[in-house]
Amino acid sequence: MRHSDLKTALTDRAARWFIGILFGAVALVVLLNQLIPADSGLHVSSYTVTLLGKYLCYALLAMALDLVWGYCGILSLGHGAFFALGGYAMGMYLMRQIGDRGVYGNPVLPDFMVFLNWQELPWYWLGSHSFPFTMVLIALVPGLLAFVFGWLAFRSRVTGVYLSIITQALTYALMLAFFRNELGFGGNNGLTDFKDILGFSLREDSTRVALLIATAIALALAFVLCRYITGSRMGRVVMAVRDGESRARFLGYRTEHYKLWIFTLSAVLAGIAGALYVPQVGIINPGEFSPLNSIELVVWVAVGGRATLYGAVIGAILVNYGKTVFTGIMPEAWLFALGGLFVAVTLFLPRGLVGLADNVRQRLRKNSGTSNGSKGTDNDNQPEASHEPA
Amino acid sequence: MNLRDTFRRDRVFDVVRPGTRTINPGELDTGGKYLLYMENITVSFDGFKALNDLTLYIEPGELRCIIGPNGAGKSTMMDVITGKTRPDQGTCFFGQTLDLTRMSETEIAGAGIGRKFQKPTVFPEHTAAENLELAMAGPKTTWHTLVHPLNGEQRDRIAATLDTVGLLDRHDHVAGALSHGQKQWLEIAMVLMQQPKLLLVDEPIAGMTRQEVERTAELLQQLAGEHSVVVVEHDMEFIRSIASTVTVLHQGSVLAEGKMQDVQNDPKVIEVYLGE
Repeated sequence: MRHSDLKTALTDRAARWFIGILFGAVALVVLLNQLIPADSGLHVSSYTVTLLGKYLCYALLAMALDLVWGYCGILSLGHGAFFALGGYAMGMYLMRQIGDRGVYGNPVLPDFMVFLNWQELPWYWLGSHSFPFTMVLIALVPGLLAFVFGWLAFRSRVTGVYLSIITQALTYALMLAFFRNELGFGGNNGLTDFKDILGFSLREDSTRVALLIATAIALALAFVLCRYITGSRMGRVVMAVRDGESRARFLGYRTEHYKLWIFTLSAVLAGIAGALYVPQVGIINPGEFSPLNSIELVVWVAVGGRATLYGAVIGAILVNYGKTVFTGIMPEAWLFALGGLFVAVTLFLPRGLVGLADNVRQRLRKNSGTSNGSKGTDNDNQPEASHEPA
Repeated sequence: MNLRDTFRRDRVFDVVRPGTRTINPGELDTGGKYLLYMENITVSFDGFKALNDLTLYIEPGELRCIIGPNGAGKSTMMDVITGKTRPDQGTCFFGQTLDLTRMSETEIAGAGIGRKFQKPTVFPEHTAAENLELAMAGPKTTWHTLVHPLNGEQRDRIAATLDTVGLLDRHDHVAGALSHGQKQWLEIAMVLMQQPKLLLVDEPIAGMTRQEVERTAELLQQLAGEHSVVVVEHDMEFIRSIASTVTVLHQGSVLAEGKMQDVQNDPKVIEVYLGE
């Protein structure tokens, strides 16, 4: 029987491998960037450092979705909204950091507000100059939205495809709202032209490296937290809700509470991912709310493999690397490739790349004659099952 | 307080019964002769009487089989006991004090009535032990399940319950990989984890092999005594092998009740059910 305590979550094999590989890769990139001279063939450019940081933000976002989709069975098609809200919270702070170095030189108002002839900051921008306050906001805004949304949806027992459609509508509505100048978030252009974070210039390599390391730490902490939750009794209840909600309810669990807390936590993680993303890419605009982003996110998790956490991370990094390469060669074909990828994964790899790796490993083990023990027996029929449409 | 309230059955005043210990509200009082009292229950769906003036008593520790043709009201009777269906008329008491017609499904389950459904509905991705862990009686809030891992005593109980149903060697196997019969036993074990006083079992042997049927009969007999067990089943052979008392339902009310041999020879029963 699996034990659930924090020590196990920190020290079990998957966590050790995950954190080891993550920090190993980050350390390698940082060292090659900082210590190898720029003219050497081994040098890693700052562009690559930031690109890796971006991928890790996506990985954190994918892990957040895996928590609700893979473990709790809630297919959210609007998780990009929480990511973007976290991003906007960070963007507000970065805008205020510009100070009087903006085009209009107003020490308090961001450029777009001066342009709109606003005389003072709207109330919801108050406090955005403070970094601690911004950190609270990054978690609070997506979390609160998810809590209210989830409370209404789960209490009314909205599930399945209906819930997915509502989450999609949520992110679409937010996109339309953020496009409006009157809302006070820069409208179409969003928030950009950032200069500093905590007084360090965003153009400096050292700041970029620091942001990459911060992202890696956030990802590692989120992984340990998610692993602790999914390995706890609560995690097993959450999975029971996924596999048979009415049965779980009959056993006396308030399933809507479980769904609500998992959904809220996932939204907070997505918000943190967005907040780390914005200083690294230098812009946040309403396009981040686009439903397409949220759907792409679902593809990352599906490709990597659901309900494993690290599968989502692998999926996010691989698909985005593919996107970077692909859009460089033939940008117009990317969406077709993405759609094709999703169909292929659904048809042939219902458990994603992680499931594929499991099957291969099991075949090898079977061939070598050792019997697989408990908890693996369900995978025996997977190769056959994987040929059927999910 | 009107007269009706004064004479409510769940308000037996202690002065009336000197010498008995005080029963707190909501506590199960098994002081009476029977554990379950169903009296004059009528349930109708759109004019069709699924239960018609049904009266049934279950003793503590009894193993009772309910038989009857399709539509006799067996499932509806179970639904009334578990609170899924509210009777139009009649009273349904669990022990001396608990009025089941006024309690929610969750409250009834918490009071000690467990039901095993016809179709096995174990959680296929969880191991056998984890299925029992999910079913275990105790606090079920998000916070409690997050911060309290199972303690040794709870682990032992899970192992002991798995042992009772003969699945101890399947402790760490995922439930989806169990055979049909094993899933049924696992589900009985899940109901047992809720420590029920009364166990309702819906068609336990449907789709089982002969060996599994025999094992199930042993299991149910073993459970009776400590729990009251009510079994709904079609298979006469099976009932003959386990039953002490049989109740025959027909058109929503009790047609006959007694030992299997007596019931079998009852001309009314032969006419409507056994004779077919």
